[in-house]
Amino acid sequence: MSEMKRPNRLFRNLTSKLAASPMIFIVLVVFIGSTMWTVASSFTNIKTLPIFTPREFYDAFVGFAQYERLWNTPRWITSITNLAIYGIFYSGFAFIIGFLLAVLMDQKIRAEGVFRTIYLYPFALSFIVTGKVWAWILNPAFGLEKTVRDMGWVTFSFDWLTNRDMSIYTVVIAGLWQGTGLVMALMLAGLRSIDDEIWRAARVDGIPKWRTYLQIVVPMMRPVMITIFVIVASGSVRVYDLVLALTQGGPGNSSQVPSMYIYEKLFVGALAQGTAASSVLLLATAVILIPWIVVEFGKKSRV
Amino acid sequence: MAMSSATAINPSGAKPKPFFAPGRVLIYTLLIVTSIYYLIPLYVMIITSLKDLDQIREGNIFIPTMQPSFDAWVKAWSQACTGLNCTGLAPGFWNSVFITIPSVIVSIAVASISGYSLANWPFKLAEWCFTILLVGSFIPYQVFLYPLVIITREMGIYSTLYAVIFVHTVFGLPILTLLFRNYFASLPEELFKAARVDGAGYWRIFFRILVPMSLPIFTVAVILQVTGIWNDFLFGVIYAGPTNYPMTVQLNNIVNSLQGVKEYNVEMAATILTGLVPLTIYFLSGKYFVRGIAAGAVKG
Amino acid sequence: MTNSISIKDLTLNFGAVSVLKNLNLGVAEGEFVVLLGPSGCGKSTLLNCLAGLLDISEGEVWIKNKNVTWAEPSERGIGMVFQSYALYPQMTVRGNLTFGLKIAKMPAAEIEKRVARAAEILQIGPLLDRKPGALSGGQRQRVAIGRALVRDVDVFLFDEPLSNLDAKLRSELRVEIKRLHERLKNTMVYVTHDQIEALTLADRIAVMRGGIIQQLAAPQEIYNRPANLFVAGFIGSPSMNFLHGATVDGGRAFQFGATKVDLAGYDGGAILDRGKAILGLRPEHLLIQTNAEPGHTIAASVEIDEPMGADSLVWLEAEGGTKMSVRVPVERRMARGTNVHLKVDVSKASIFDTGTEQRV
Repeated sequence: MSEMKRPNRLFRNLTSKLAASPMIFIVLVVFIGSTMWTVASSFTNIKTLPIFTPREFYDAFVGFAQYERLWNTPRWITSITNLAIYGIFYSGFAFIIGFLLAVLMDQKIRAEGVFRTIYLYPFALSFIVTGKVWAWILNPAFGLEKTVRDMGWVTFSFDWLTNRDMSIYTVVIAGLWQGTGLVMALMLAGLRSIDDEIWRAARVDGIPKWRTYLQIVVPMMRPVMITIFVIVASGSVRVYDLVLALTQGGPGNSSQVPSMYIYEKLFVGALAQGTAASSVLLLATAVILIPWIVVEFGKKSRV
Repeated sequence: MAMSSATAINPSGAKPKPFFAPGRVLIYTLLIVTSIYYLIPLYVMIITSLKDLDQIREGNIFIPTMQPSFDAWVKAWSQACTGLNCTGLAPGFWNSVFITIPSVIVSIAVASISGYSLANWPFKLAEWCFTILLVGSFIPYQVFLYPLVIITREMGIYSTLYAVIFVHTVFGLPILTLLFRNYFASLPEELFKAARVDGAGYWRIFFRILVPMSLPIFTVAVILQVTGIWNDFLFGVIYAGPTNYPMTVQLNNIVNSLQGVKEYNVEMAATILTGLVPLTIYFLSGKYFVRGIAAGAVKG
Repeated sequence: MTNSISIKDLTLNFGAVSVLKNLNLGVAEGEFVVLLGPSGCGKSTLLNCLAGLLDISEGEVWIKNKNVTWAEPSERGIGMVFQSYALYPQMTVRGNLTFGLKIAKMPAAEIEKRVARAAEILQIGPLLDRKPGALSGGQRQRVAIGRALVRDVDVFLFDEPLSNLDAKLRSELRVEIKRLHERLKNTMVYVTHDQIEALTLADRIAVMRGGIIQQLAAPQEIYNRPANLFVAGFIGSPSMNFLHGATVDGGRAFQFGATKVDLAGYDGGAILDRGKAILGLRPEHLLIQTNAEPGHTIAASVEIDEPMGADSLVWLEAEGGTKMSVRVPVERRMARGTNVHLKVDVSKASIFDTGTEQRV
C-alpha cells in the first residue's frame, strides 16, 4: 500500500509555469516596471542618465516641478491642444462615417467584398506611407489647390498644410482615410450580430428602415459601440508616425503632438520632462479607460 | 352558373424589385463615391511615380502621364539618398525583412504558448499577469519607450536586431495572447482530456494535437504581425540601430533630405515600394485579414 | 474482497463551494457501476476526479490497490470514453488508437496486436485508415471505446457516451456496451443522466444529487425501495405519485385527507406514528376500478388520458387537488370527469418521512 503525499503546490503544473515565464517576465519587468519607473522619474530632475535605486530617487526628488514646467511650456500646450483636436475630430468622424458606411454595407450589397476591400486597404499601409501620400495630395503648389484652381476656381485655396492654424486638421483628414475602414468593419460585425428576427418584427410593425436603425438597432449596439469608441479614442492618443510624415509637426510647431514632444525630450537630455509628459498621457488614457472598465466589469460581476 | 373552372394563378416568390429602385441607386452611389475617395490616394501615388519631374511641374496631380516610365522606381530602389547614403530603399527593404521574419516568429511563438498555458494549464500568477497585460496594452507606448532602452541596454542588445525583435514581441504579446487563449479555450475540452488520459504531456499536446488544429488562427496572427511590424517606424528607429533601419525609416528619410529639388516622383515610387508588401498580403489574404483586424483593433 | 476502485472521503471544493462532499464509493472487480443524476449533481466531476483530470481537495482514490490520488491519468490504469468522442481530428482511426501506446513507448508488434484485438471486438477493422470526419456518430463512438480498449486496462470510465447520439443509435450502442462488458468483464464506471441506460446497464447505480450519493444499490432495489424522496421522484418515468398526509394508528394506516389507506404488507421499516408523511405510489402499481374498497382505494376523477402506443397514461385528480397518474392498457379509454377508485398495492408502495425525506 503506497502512501502518497500531496505534491508540492509550487511544482504542480511545472511545465506550464516554465513555458509561460517569458510572458510573466515581460509583464513584471516591462509593463509594470516601466510604468513605475516612468511615473517615479517624472518627479525627479534627471536629464540624460536614468536612475534606479530608491536612494537616487530620493536625492533627485523635485516634487511636481517637472509638471509645472511642462504646463508652462507653450509647445506642450500646443501639442495637447492638437491632441484634443485630433482626438475629438478623428474619433467623432471616424465613428460616424464608419457607422454610416457599415449601415450602407449592411443593405445586402452585391460585390460587398470588393467595397470592403477598398475601404480597408488603407489600414494595411504604414502611417508613414499615408502621411507621405496625403502630404503630396494636399501640397498647395502641386496638389488639390492647384488642381481646383486649374479647373477655374482661381480663388480656391487649400493651404491647410502650410497654414499654422489648420495644419493639425490635415492630420485628421489623413487619419480618417486610414482608420475609418476599421471602424466600419467593426460596426458591420456589430450590426450583423443583431438577430434577424428584430428586423422582421420591425417590418411587420411597419417601421421604416432608417427609424429601425436609429431607434432600435443603435441602442442595441450600445456596448459594441462603446467598445469601438474606446478603442478608437485610446488609439488616437498615440498618433506619431502620421504627423511626422505628413507635417513634421509644422509648420513651425503648429501641428506638434504630445508623442513628438515626448520623444524629443526623452532622447535629447530632458528625461524627467519626457517622463512627466508620458505620465500625463498615461493619465489621459486612464481617464478614458477606467470608466469603461468599471462599467464592463461591473456588469459582469452583477450577472 | 357561378364559378369558372379555371384555376386561379397565385403569385409566388418575392416581389420582383426593379433593378434601379431609387433607394438602391442612392446606396450604390454613396458607396461608389466613397470608394473613389478611398482610391484616389493610391491612384495619385501610382501615376505620380510614373511621371518625370517636368510632367509633375506642368501637369495635374490627378491626370496621368502619356509617357509613363519606371525611372523613378529604379531611382527610389537603388539610388535615392537617405541621409548620407545614396543607396536607395533596397537596404531598408532587406532590413525590414530581417526585422519582420524573426519578430513574427518569436512574437507568435511566445504568445501562442502563453495563450495555451492560460487556456489549458492555468495557474494564478499567469492569470493575474494576463489581466495586467490586457490593461497594459492600452497604456500609451511612450511610457515604455525609455525603459525599454534601458532594458535592452542591460540585456546587451540595444541598437541591434535582437532589441527590435524583443520590443515587437513585447508589444505584440497582449493582443496575440488574447487571440490564442480565446481560440484554444474554444477547442473542445474533451479532446484535451482524452490526450491526457493517453499520457500526453504539455508539449506533446501542443504540437501534436492543438497546433495542427489551429492553422487558421496562426494565419490570422501571422498576417496581423507581418503587417504591423513591417509598417512600424518608431521601434525601428529607436531600437534597431542605424545599420538596421527598416524601410519605413528609409522612406521618411528619403523624402526629408534636402538634396536640391524635391523629386516627388521618386517620393511616390518609394512610398509605393514601402507599401507593396503589406498591400500584397492584404489583397491575397481576404477574410483572414479582416479577422486579424477585428482582433488587432486594440493595437491600432 | 478487495475493491477494484475505492474512493474514500473525497471532497472537492471550488473556492467556497463544496462540489463533492465526503464521498465514499467502492466498486468491485468486474462490476458495472452507473453514476446517475440530474445535471450539476457532480457525477461528471466525480468521474473526472477518478480519472485524475481534476485535483481533489481532500480524500483518497485507490485503483487496484494502488493509491492513485495524485497520479497522472495515464498512470492510473484507466481508459476513458467521452461524450463528444474526442477523437483527434487530424489522425486516422489507427492513429487515434495508437497515440497513447506510442507515448508509452510500446513495441510495434504489441501495438499491432492490440489494435487488431480492438478492431475485432468493436468491428472497426475497415475503418482503420479513415479519419474521424469520415465516420458516422456510431462509428466514432466505437472508435472512442476502442481507444480505451487498446490501453488494456482494468477500469473503463464512460462520461455520458451516448448523449450525443439519436435515440435509435443510442439503444443500439447501449446493447453493445452491455455485450462488451459481458465479454471483457472489466470494471466499468458509467456516468449518465438517462435512467434507461442506468437501469439496463448497471450492476449497481449510485444516484447523486448536490455532490452526495443518495443511494447506491442494484437497479431493481432503487426502483422498488428508493432511499429518499429525491431518488423516488428521479427514477421511474412517469414519476411516482406522491400523496401528502400522515401516518396514524401507530403506523398501521395512512391518512390522506378523508381517505385512510391500510398499510399492512408494507415492505420497509417500522412506520410508527410520524405525524406528517408522504405516500409514494408508482403509476403502474395502481389499479383503476369502479368500486371502492375502504382502506385500500383512493377516490379520484379522470382529467385526461394520454395514449402512448402500448399503454395509456391516465391523469386524475384526487382529494385536495392532488394530481395522480396511472398506467393502463391503451384500449381502456377513460372519459373526463369519470369518478373512479384507485386500488393501492401496499407491498410496492413507499412511505417517506416528510421531515427527513427518507424512506421508512
